[in-house]
Amino acid sequence: MTDSHPIPPAPIAAPIEKVSIIVSKGSLEGIYPALIMANGARNEGIEANLFFTFFGMDAIHKDRYEHIKVATVGNPGMHMPTMLGGLPGASWLATKMMSKKIEELDFPGIPEFIEMISDTGAGIYACLASVDLFGFTKDDLIEQVEEIITVGDFYEMAAGGQIIFT
Amino acid sequence: MPTKTFAGSTVDVNDEGFFEDPTQWTKEMAPEIAEEYGVPTPLTDRAWVVIDLMRSEYFDKGTGPTVRKISKLSDVTTKELFVLFPKGPAKLAAMVAGIPKPKGCI
Repeated sequence: MTDSHPIPPAPIAAPIEKVSIIVSKGSLEGIYPALIMANGARNEGIEANLFFTFFGMDAIHKDRYEHIKVATVGNPGMHMPTMLGGLPGASWLATKMMSKKIEELDFPGIPEFIEMISDTGAGIYACLASVDLFGFTKDDLIEQVEEIITVGDFYEMAAGGQIIFT
Repeated sequence: MPTKTFAGSTVDVNDEGFFEDPTQWTKEMAPEIAEEYGVPTPLTDRAWVVIDLMRSEYFDKGTGPTVRKISKLSDVTTKELFVLFPKGPAKLAAMVAGIPKPKGCI
């Protein structure tokens, strides 16, 4: 008996040419992986753009981007009771421990990482709605931010590539 | 195992084209490899700073350096690396230097 429904051949995976990464969270664990992905993309020869929105804006805010903290509340990955995570200094301590580890591994801190990503030729953009919502101006943002853009601009820029949301 | 011929010698490469045996590489092959993978030629002195570093780090540590490492270990900045090897500096520099693809996320 012949098989009348042969399994179709798997489609040939096309290489990724472009990624647009949206950063919406302001915690270390919300920002750092996005930076690794953007940097990694550029190092593979993939075009990359980073879009910062909502609390993710802290990563490009002059007064805040050197003080990004690990979230210790509502984060089961911390493996500690939520009430402990809520104690004063818990986030500070967790951030200190993780920053130490990052340094030991010779990974860059967030300010250095963003500068490096900008140097790789990746685009760094801020979301207009978030800028308005938080009452920021372009002057509040680090110099690596190329432009404050609308969601429409974003989709135009992301066209033909992959979109990643963190 | 796939092979390629550069500067008149046949070398073993993997599926992506990286050298399987870095000792098969000679300096004369570098311009031809660069040509094949879209690295701007002729290779400048600055490109050679990177190529030499890729090889010395590989033989020293067992893996070639990532972009961040290259810029930390030499005076070649990240920006310049992307001019010398536009489509993925660590990867392409490793290719031209005849070493396997560098491992590392950052």
